Amino acid sequence: MSAVSGSAADIRSLVAEVPDPEIPVLTIDDLGVLRNVAIDDSGQVTVTITPTYSGCPAMDAIANDVRTRLAAAGHLAVEVRLELSPAWTSDWMSTAGRHKLRNYGIAPPSGRASIRAETPSVVPLTLSVRCPQCGSPDTGELSRFGSTACKALWQCRACREPFDRFKDH
Amino acid sequence: MTEPAPTPVTPTAVTPTRDPRISYDAGTYALRLGDDALVLAQRMGEWVASAPQLEEDVALANIALDLLGQARPLLSYAGSLLPGADGAARSEDELAYLRDERDFTNVQLVELADNGDFGRCVARLLVFSAWQQELYASLAGASDDTLAAVAAKAVKEAAYHRDHATQWVLRLGDGTAESHQRMQAAVDAVWPYVEELFEPDAVTSSLAAVGMAVDPASLRDPVLGYVSAVLERATLAVPSTRVRHSGGRHGIHTEAMGHLLAELQHVARSHPGASW
Repeated sequence: MSAVSGSAADIRSLVAEVPDPEIPVLTIDDLGVLRNVAIDDSGQVTVTITPTYSGCPAMDAIANDVRTRLAAAGHLAVEVRLELSPAWTSDWMSTAGRHKLRNYGIAPPSGRASIRAETPSVVPLTLSVRCPQCGSPDTGELSRFGSTACKALWQCRACREPFDRFKDH
Repeated sequence: MTEPAPTPVTPTAVTPTRDPRISYDAGTYALRLGDDALVLAQRMGEWVASAPQLEEDVALANIALDLLGQARPLLSYAGSLLPGADGAARSEDELAYLRDERDFTNVQLVELADNGDFGRCVARLLVFSAWQQELYASLAGASDDTLAAVAAKAVKEAAYHRDHATQWVLRLGDGTAESHQRMQAAVDAVWPYVEELFEPDAVTSSLAAVGMAVDPASLRDPVLGYVSAVLERATLAVPSTRVRHSGGRHGIHTEAMGHLLAELQHVARSHPGASW
């Protein structure tokens, strides 16, 4: 295989397209899971990712997908690092990611989780969550936990449809 | 194209050289916190497909997964600081699957069997998550980078678990006469195991002195304050028992522990080195 060159920015744009294995409508960049991409003079690529939740089972799959995608572009010396700090927050989800999520049928996070976390003494008031199907704000939580660590199960009282909500975290 | 062999995803880099005594204590401390999370993850996993409702199966499985996720970097870190007899770092899997009961250093609270009693599951989760939330909130500011990173990430998860347990205790305690009585019995059953969470010893004292650990005794007031307030709102009595069990931090466990480890470790021990 011929030597491949590429700037960190080029490599980042390749890695940025890796989809999340559990919510494939989002990329790891949309999620804020992709933290950094670096390449040194010898061509060694280091990709730094962070888990959404401590037990997120998607991290190993993401690491494999990153390596596979880079290998296809000729980058074979790749290290994927898992970084815990600073801790991921749903506020890192991009605006584009929020739109994609809503169109996919999952209510996006508010983007204000950190503000609420900074005032833990206040009983958290749930901000109105809009139904991703009909747009009504008349919705309620059915279950605080859902099909993945990052989602809760909600239902719309207007159109009666149940839907996933990406949790504020 | 052949898949590249998966390289293990590494936790945050280990702090390099430090006093060997401090390293040993830090490893011991990480092992304790990792064992707490691992053993409770195993206990909560037992509820999958047996909880009172489908949503609760999902909830308890999610909580167990968070705890397992917390246990992994803690055990990896402990394994790097407490090498095996050959001097090599021990992996998270070695620590989880190949240690015997006396080498586990979790508090007894997390190993107690629920025996299908959902009240006990919820009572234990209330106490444990309230403790973990306070612990991690303090530990996030610790001078040990790895412990601080794990704590800063996990504190939000612990807070969510605590909210979940709180809602159930309120609902069951302040529910029907039957649910009230059973929730009270569950709290009473768990209570003798609570004080162990707050016991300091030489390890925590030496680490707390250099800002690397949280003094367990400092957590007692905020944790019991939170739990007591929830019990009161739930019309439940704070137990007055003076019975207290402990010893988990030093490898002394209850009868339930051996059975738990048998299930946790059986596959890994029967098929050494197997992967899938």
